[in-house]
Amino acid sequence: MLPTLNGRIQTRIFLLATIGSLVTLIMAAILPADGAPLRIKYQDAFVVLAAVAVLGIVWECIYHFLMQWRWEKDWPTFFGFITFLNEGIVVYLLARNGVIPGIYGRGADVPLVPFWFFWLDFLAVWIVVWLVANGPMRVPFLHWRFFGGRLV
Amino acid sequence: MSASPSGPSVTALPGDLSEQMIGTDWWTDQLVQAAGIPIVDVPFVSIGGGIGSFVTVDYLRIAGVPVEQIRVLSNIDHPWQTYEYLTRVSQIPRPERIRSDSASRPDNIWGFPSYAVEEAWRDKSIKPLLNVFLEPMWADFYTPRAGMVFQNLEREAKRIRYWDMLVKGQVRMIRRRQGGGYFTILTPPEGAAPTKRVAFRSHYVHCAIGYPGLKYLPDLQDFRTKMQDFHHIVAAYEDHEHVYNHMRTRPGTVLIRGGGIVASRVLARLMDDREKYGLQTQIVHLFRTFISGSHGKNAWNRRKGGNGFAYQGFNYPKSVWGGQLKSKMRRLEGEARAKAYDEMGGTNTPWRRNWQGQMNKGRSEGWYQLLSGTVDHMSVAPDGRIVSTVKTTNGVFDIPADFVIDCTGLEADIAEHRVLADLLQHSGAGRNPKGRLDVERSFELRGAASAPGAIYASGSPTLGGYFPGVDTFLGLQVAAQEITDDLTRRGFAKKLGPGRSTSQWLKWARNKQI
Repeated sequence: MLPTLNGRIQTRIFLLATIGSLVTLIMAAILPADGAPLRIKYQDAFVVLAAVAVLGIVWECIYHFLMQWRWEKDWPTFFGFITFLNEGIVVYLLARNGVIPGIYGRGADVPLVPFWFFWLDFLAVWIVVWLVANGPMRVPFLHWRFFGGRLV
Repeated sequence: MSASPSGPSVTALPGDLSEQMIGTDWWTDQLVQAAGIPIVDVPFVSIGGGIGSFVTVDYLRIAGVPVEQIRVLSNIDHPWQTYEYLTRVSQIPRPERIRSDSASRPDNIWGFPSYAVEEAWRDKSIKPLLNVFLEPMWADFYTPRAGMVFQNLEREAKRIRYWDMLVKGQVRMIRRRQGGGYFTILTPPEGAAPTKRVAFRSHYVHCAIGYPGLKYLPDLQDFRTKMQDFHHIVAAYEDHEHVYNHMRTRPGTVLIRGGGIVASRVLARLMDDREKYGLQTQIVHLFRTFISGSHGKNAWNRRKGGNGFAYQGFNYPKSVWGGQLKSKMRRLEGEARAKAYDEMGGTNTPWRRNWQGQMNKGRSEGWYQLLSGTVDHMSVAPDGRIVSTVKTTNGVFDIPADFVIDCTGLEADIAEHRVLADLLQHSGAGRNPKGRLDVERSFELRGAASAPGAIYASGSPTLGGYFPGVDTFLGLQVAAQEITDDLTRRGFAKKLGPGRSTSQWLKWARNKQI
């Protein structure tokens, strides 16, 4: 898909809300988080997911800006994948330092979101969403790829 | 595919065009009947029968239009026939790769799974997948093999019962019908019908006749005609295998003219043969517009280039097929659109690692020479070789060569095609800012409506419209989607929403005939 700014944002929000939620539902249930109960794990995982979506709007503006230096005005598949690094690190640091509201706190000596819990959940969501955006998304949404990733 | 005049009949058949018909813009049913031309009623007619007709009909079939409501009028037997001929003679036989991306699948309106996924599956190899993952930074763009494209087209054509819709013959003209819709006049092959012409009466017409015709460089064409030499001076889109065969028998020089993908292909073939058979072929490459580096109007619009070529993965910047440039062009009118076309246009070719390697070797060893300039005139040397007198900024040079290959791929004016000329003259069709057929965003031919019917056009003759990449696989699908959506609004096709799209894809995946 060759994105427009509007299409980028729409696709991100739609895919995180659907595919992202589904993956989060599964991952948060199976990943251990320092013995935290399921309710807490779900709360943290979904707050992180929402943060990826909201912060993502800013990221998409940055990507769109960077794309302007490309003659083809395209966004290679690899870029869509590798941006998990910058986005993941920022969300992780924000979550861990209590900047993101709604993350369940467990005192000063226990991290807000355990390292492995965060990264395995985040990566699973990222990879599945990226894979869907690079192919299967075109099956139900026939117009999507010709309109810069816009759904409406 | 260009139309050729139908040959004279041995016996004069009844049912021919009358003078009155030829001179009348709007035909009545009585006018056609009076000429003794039989009328066939079908709601949708697609003219051309190449890839453009195929992808449009594929879309419509998937959008629920039955076989009985569609006819494809064509002088070729299968949709990829002309395309395969042109790719083969321009040095892309079936095992070679075409210049089209992984998701541009004319046999699959969804583009999923892409060609790369299919190739990975077929060959049990991860290489094509790695390729699309790393392109274009660390790998050349993935492109499918011509053979795979044709095989898949055949599979899809069978699935949608393409041949049940095909009617063979030469289309002579399309005229508007009084009371709505159109008449399309077909000249059937000799012996196929009792009358000279058959009229198809339809609500909708889709015109996908392809390239109006090839145009040769004027100096080459003049020389060819004057000397009656079609052997030493050839066009890349003509069969010119004799050039390569000759080069294998003795050393010689080939002059290549043009800087696009076809020039690259011809060059690659000459260099491959040189390597494979240990030949001594000398290659002189003449560029009219010599690109020596990155070029463009500002830092945000800079295309790579070098050694004569402008480099670009596909024939337009990638985002014209669905991203930012598509969206931008869709909003531009008149002069502004023509200017945008000029800015991103120009002849270009992909930067491919193996070609770069071969060209570098050729330049350093002195058997591949570049020249920038224009040919002033051509003559024949006493030894029979063709001498091109080339004007360059450094002076005038005589370049003798055993063969000259014209790879400029110029296209003829749309009016060179009889059907298009007739549309311009009699049916209200007009020209866009680039001089080709003026179409709406829906690909409806502007000014040629015959309510409640409509006429659409797609492919190369519509270049210059709101969507630039028209003469490509994906471009034809973009057009087909717009046409189908428009026909859905008119109640002819079913809506391709998420439900229908998914269920139809499942049928495609199971190769279930529809």
